[in-house]
Amino acid sequence: MRRLLIWAPLALFIAFFVVFASGLISPESKTIRSQLIGKPMPTFALAPGVPGKPGLSSAELANGKPHLVNVFASWCIPCIAEAPQLEQLAQAGVPIYGVAIRDRPEDLARFLARNGDPYRAIGGDPNSSVQIALGSSGVPETFIVDGKGIIRHQHIGDIQPQDVPGIMSALGAAK
Amino acid sequence: MRKAALAALLLATASPLLADSLMPAAPYTNEQLPDPKQEAAAKHLMESLRCLVCQGQSIADSDAEMAGDMRSLVRTRIQKGEKPEDIRKWLIERYGDWVSYNPPLDALTWPLWVMPILFLGIGVWIVSGRLKRRNRK
Repeated sequence: MRRLLIWAPLALFIAFFVVFASGLISPESKTIRSQLIGKPMPTFALAPGVPGKPGLSSAELANGKPHLVNVFASWCIPCIAEAPQLEQLAQAGVPIYGVAIRDRPEDLARFLARNGDPYRAIGGDPNSSVQIALGSSGVPETFIVDGKGIIRHQHIGDIQPQDVPGIMSALGAAK
Repeated sequence: MRKAALAALLLATASPLLADSLMPAAPYTNEQLPDPKQEAAAKHLMESLRCLVCQGQSIADSDAEMAGDMRSLVRTRIQKGEKPEDIRKWLIERYGDWVSYNPPLDALTWPLWVMPILFLGIGVWIVSGRLKRRNRK
């Protein structure tokens, strides 16, 4: 027993070494999910992000219909990848509202002309204030909000073709 | 040699392709508040809030745009008279405890406080045992 015990400090040292070395070599990068799932949409009012389209306020969103709030930006490359999926959802009758992060109207207009415009309204969020209020940590992110204005689901990253059925059924459940 | 020099020159003049916006920084992102007391409170808070992009850096250290917007948020709210701990609470409500470098004392984190006392106790116990043995000799 004693003879085994002398190896305990070395074993402990090796265990710690492995833990710290693996943490240094591949540091964890966590996806931080919003804590607002199941909670009401924060109150906000954003000016139009692009001329000729209405801005976005939380009051307008509480209209009794489930909808998507898409956090995006013209400078965000995965946002281009999810554009066809958003278009598909919009064509299926899903109301999609955009929050454009740190965007200029001219860039946004070009982005919409190029990648399609599935948005009913786009609020410009020049200081990421609504993004932070939503507990969102990047672009693109999509929130599924039910008819009472309660956030039901957060989709982090771009919506890929295989994600569309899940989003449709989550929207159906959000009624 | 010449190739290496050219490569070095190209590297030095290259601009990285960043997924960043073209918008200017929000107010108070990189400027201090005029009131030194408020600025000190803001700095203290910003150093203990975690950046969501450059995870492991505080928003005071990070160059990420989102960290800049969070600094702007912290400074403008402190300027309006909001208490730093209320701002921290507001952010924790959105991002969870993860966003704060100041962990709360709760069911999950209590060992962080209890373990040092426990280890100190074990140390005292070992040392006192050794001393007693040595005194006997």
